[in-house]
Amino acid sequence: MTVTLDRPASDAPPRADILLDVQDLRTYFHVMDGTVKAVDGVSFSVRRGETLGVVGESGCGKSVTALTIMRLLDIPPAEIASGRILLEGKDILRLPEEQMRHLRGNEIAMIFQEPMSSLNPVFTVGNQISEAVELHLKVKHKEAVERSIEALRLVGIAYPERRIKQYPHELSGGQRQRVMIAMALSCEPKLLIADEPTTALDVTIQAQILELIRSIQQKTGTALMLITHDLGVVAEMVNDVVVMYAGRVVEHGTVDEVLLQPKHPYTEGLLASIPSKGMRGQRLNVIKGAVPNPFNMPKGCNFSPRCPYQFEPCLDLDPHVDEGGGPAAACWLWKQAPGYSIPARLHEAQVRAALRAAEASQVEVSPVLAVEAAEE
Amino acid sequence: MTQGGTTQPMEPSTAAPTSSGEPLVVVQDLVKYYPIFSGLFKRHIGDVRAVDGVSFVINKGEVFGLVGESGCGKSTLGRTLLRLLPQTSGSATISGEDIFAKRGKDLKQLRRRMQIIFQDPVGSLNPRMPVSDIIGEGLLAQADGTNQWKNRKTRDERVGEYLEVVGLRRDYARRYPHEFSGGQRQRIGIARALALSPDFVVCDEPVSALDVSIQSQILNLLLDLRREFGLTYLFIAHNLSVVQYISDRVGVMYLGKIAEMAPVERLYADPRHPYTVALLSAIPDADPRRRKRRLVLKGDVPSPANPPSGCRFHTRCWLRTQLGDPEICSTEEPALRDLGGEQFTACHFAERINPELIKVAAAGQSLVDTSDASDDAEPVSAAAPSA
Ligand SMILES: Nc1ncnc2c1ncn2[C@@H]1O[C@H](COP(=O)(O)OP(=O)(O)OP(=O)(O)O)[C@@H](O)[C@H]1O
Ligand SMILES: Nc1ncnc2c1ncn2[C@@H]1O[C@H](COP(=O)(O)OP(=O)(O)O)[C@@H](O)[C@H]1O
Ligand code: SF4
Ligand code: SF4
Ligand SMILES: [Mg+2]
Ligand SMILES: [Mg+2]
Repeated sequence: MTVTLDRPASDAPPRADILLDVQDLRTYFHVMDGTVKAVDGVSFSVRRGETLGVVGESGCGKSVTALTIMRLLDIPPAEIASGRILLEGKDILRLPEEQMRHLRGNEIAMIFQEPMSSLNPVFTVGNQISEAVELHLKVKHKEAVERSIEALRLVGIAYPERRIKQYPHELSGGQRQRVMIAMALSCEPKLLIADEPTTALDVTIQAQILELIRSIQQKTGTALMLITHDLGVVAEMVNDVVVMYAGRVVEHGTVDEVLLQPKHPYTEGLLASIPSKGMRGQRLNVIKGAVPNPFNMPKGCNFSPRCPYQFEPCLDLDPHVDEGGGPAAACWLWKQAPGYSIPARLHEAQVRAALRAAEASQVEVSPVLAVEAAEE
Repeated sequence: MTQGGTTQPMEPSTAAPTSSGEPLVVVQDLVKYYPIFSGLFKRHIGDVRAVDGVSFVINKGEVFGLVGESGCGKSTLGRTLLRLLPQTSGSATISGEDIFAKRGKDLKQLRRRMQIIFQDPVGSLNPRMPVSDIIGEGLLAQADGTNQWKNRKTRDERVGEYLEVVGLRRDYARRYPHEFSGGQRQRIGIARALALSPDFVVCDEPVSALDVSIQSQILNLLLDLRREFGLTYLFIAHNLSVVQYISDRVGVMYLGKIAEMAPVERLYADPRHPYTVALLSAIPDADPRRRKRRLVLKGDVPSPANPPSGCRFHTRCWLRTQLGDPEICSTEEPALRDLGGEQFTACHFAERINPELIKVAAAGQSLVDTSDASDDAEPVSAAAPSA
């Protein structure tokens, strides 16, 4: 197991296979209406050369986590209220901005959902890549241009010598995302953070980009933190998964653990909502309601207003996880709430869920949650 | 609640209704071009051939799914059918009445019958209007001697009724769009479309902007409403799993044309067009035990202002490559052929597709983007950004 939650920040020596270790990260935004706790005590780690998937509905803090790691948030209004982000053991939250600038691109690079907004429209594609290369690798212009062409070739752009003279608007969405990947990889970073890299693209182009990322990862050994809300993409791409809900990690484990035997009712609900051909003619399973208002977080378990298994402790005790390792879920079904025992019917629900998961491995039907629709 | 429309089976049936059902909408050779103008004198130099000769039938009470990559003409087709855009040529009827011939009072009546639900639940609702006006607007536009829509109270009553129909509270009528979540906004969009008691609704990517948990709420709602009010849907989407779940029959569009059309089970189990095969192969599957070698299409959809000769798909076709580039693919446009079982496919070599060939093609592919490598051409500048 590689991901761990809510460990108290420790001074133990870093494990050699862990590239990035995020510990108890809290990123808040101070806005007019109050404080948004966008990331509220998140811990996970990424192993060298491996892929970590970060999943969850929109607004649950995935992008803010990524931007905090890249230190790309404006402070204020943002505030990093606690936590450490260890890259090979050193805390990048403490680096002076100048060193951080060197680290961005050289050691950690990021690609965004909308490739157009992150490319500068008035410079040619070649200009933008070679500038990044010159800056980070401190090479001469001529070599930088050669490296740019090489990078474009690596991401499968035909005739890169000609492409580098073009402007971003002359490229399609898929080509722009390839250019972004080329830029991100031109300095051979140890970690690539991809925030919904294919969400704005067609499935066909998504397939191209995912194949591309995978093949480059095999060649270069770059570790990947892949943010997505598409569980299909997760299944195909990642080794480990963290599931985020309302600024928290609610479950983590290997991809097989999380997708085949989900522990947290939220993960189970997400998986069950995916339409499949086996569901034709039946009502889809839903997670009732919507993500809570950040100014009005429910007491106890964040997920309780939407949870079909909710029982007594959920409404006033926070099930935040503190196990050291192994798959874990921030849910009272999986840990003993002080002073409460899990009612028998809930055990039953879990047995049923496990049976369904086993069944789902034979048939194609996803597990059924008896939850009713309606947002209220 | 009573409403105009036919009675529907109580359950959405798993058996595919066939085109032998009772036709509601019949589209014949529909063409919609967007003219491209250039220079000082706005000379007409060409056309974006967004919809280029499309024919199909939508039966009463069925969900007709329409899929295809971005820019292939799905929205243009939907909007042209609803007379939100003027058609270039071709015909379309609803219950036998000519959609494009209607004028004045008849047109108003037609607009009531055909409604649209948009993808973007944020952008499609006026932020300065309370929900009561957003939904009431359409009613007011329909006000005449035969109804009471001029009367604010009658309108508000109807608005409240439809908010409840879509699972929202009546008192939400006073609120503004920004006070709602994405899923709730989409419900408002649905209430707006349904308040006029339409019988045909174009759903243009109604769940594409929503998270999977909210998406399933909206899909359930759309199917419930179809049953309750006897609606017929043209359901546009690029998520093939969603289309598989909701549709009875599916049309696959490529560059303004229908590449393949079939009952849903048939299309997904036995696709006969290499484009359909590639689309299906690209769907990521949330079961990690079913990881597969994908068939990855190269490059992007070519510009519809300058579509490839012969078969429009030939520049990206893996089947053509597997067959050793037969000349006919680039010289002769394949007709939409009836392959039996209500499956229609526009490929000269539809019968040659088999699982073995697909596997070979998937194994032999390279990842180089060759979208415009073949002709050495500069990228064609599009006339306008995609809608
Ligand atoms: N108002 C317009 N003027 C000129 N061209 C247009 C206009 N609207 C759309 N087009 C072009 O027509 C073609 C079809 O567009 P359309 O919006 O119908 O595609 P679509 O299949 O709905 O795509 P998407 O999946 O992105 O919604 C595209 O090439 C698009 O750029
Ligand atoms: N610059 C900002 N100012 C205030 N709130 C923000 C800002 N950026 C994000 N948030 C809030 O933080 C929460 C998490 O957002 P985000 O990380 O973008 O979600 P995700 O990427 O998971 O969709 C949301 O409630 C969002 O509205
Ligand atoms: S702690 Fe309770 S409310 Fe929260 S997810 Fe677990 S069972 Fe549901
Ligand atoms: S006609 Fe030729 S190019 Fe077109 S889809 Fe069939 S095999 Fe491919
Ligand atoms: Mg995000
Ligand atoms: Mg569209």
